[in-house]
Amino acid sequence: MIEMISQPWPWYVSGPMIALVMFLLLWAGGSFGVSSTLRTMCAIGGAGKQAAFFNFDWKSQIWNLIFVGGAVIGGYIASTVLASPDNLALSQATISDLEALNIPFDGGLAPEAFFSWEALTTVRGLIILVLGGFMIGFGTRWAGGCTSGHAISGLSNLQLPSLIAVIGFFIGGLVMTHLLFPIIF
Amino acid sequence: MKYLKYLAIGILFGIIMTKSEAISWYRIQEMFRFQAFHMYGIIGSALAVGVIATQLIKRLQMKTMQGEPIDIKDKSMSIPRYLFGGIIFGLGWALTGACPGPMFTLIGNGYSVVIVLILGAMLGTYVYGLLRDRLPH
Repeated sequence: MIEMISQPWPWYVSGPMIALVMFLLLWAGGSFGVSSTLRTMCAIGGAGKQAAFFNFDWKSQIWNLIFVGGAVIGGYIASTVLASPDNLALSQATISDLEALNIPFDGGLAPEAFFSWEALTTVRGLIILVLGGFMIGFGTRWAGGCTSGHAISGLSNLQLPSLIAVIGFFIGGLVMTHLLFPIIF
Repeated sequence: MKYLKYLAIGILFGIIMTKSEAISWYRIQEMFRFQAFHMYGIIGSALAVGVIATQLIKRLQMKTMQGEPIDIKDKSMSIPRYLFGGIIFGLGWALTGACPGPMFTLIGNGYSVVIVLILGAMLGTYVYGLLRDRLPH
């Protein structure tokens, strides 16, 4: 059983399981949207003194912080008890494209070359983590949601605003990948 | 005690995100380069089940565990906020290979430096809060 779960999961198992998470959260009385936890963390840090946007009853959002805390633990369990022995099965075309940008495929989930503390001493590493993080936080709050809130929860509820947001996600992602990557890397 | 269920659902979510490899920077690159079906299959099948589940919840007027009605709110209509906000998030998503859920799961996977990514995302959220009244919504 453990051996079976430890294999990488195919998309047709993973996708419905994500929908199950959305359903369980609704059933528990919450909702599926991770980026709003960033607002909650800002509010806890005292940002309400500077901006009214952070003046809200953040205690009503503690459940979502507990949820993302669980996501950290889940990641730990999946990478230890349920660790897959094999390298990520990335397509050869992507490996070649990334090699052309001097990003070697190391077989892990993310390139150690810029997902390590040493990488923070390089300009490239700083851009990826700090500027990239900034755009995630700024963009998701402006758009009112991220992949979970819009692409899964919102589209599941057939919301046109979520479709506009997801189209925006892809415009941004394609511009970064195809136009900006050759400049950054 | 009332939070325990959220912890359990979160653990399940972290396991799913890791085993599906949806938290992988490489998989996100593969997706934006249209070189594999994997990520599209995940999002597509999540939506197929999600649409049915959401419709059932609404039609059957399902209740939460505590017996309260499940309230799925509609999103208010606008174009600039979703489009511009979405594009900025998309730029960050492709660059970091992570959306907010995977950021947390990556830490559990041993990528502790992702804490800096989360701090960057908090900073972005904070600056949005400061500029909010000057942005089109």
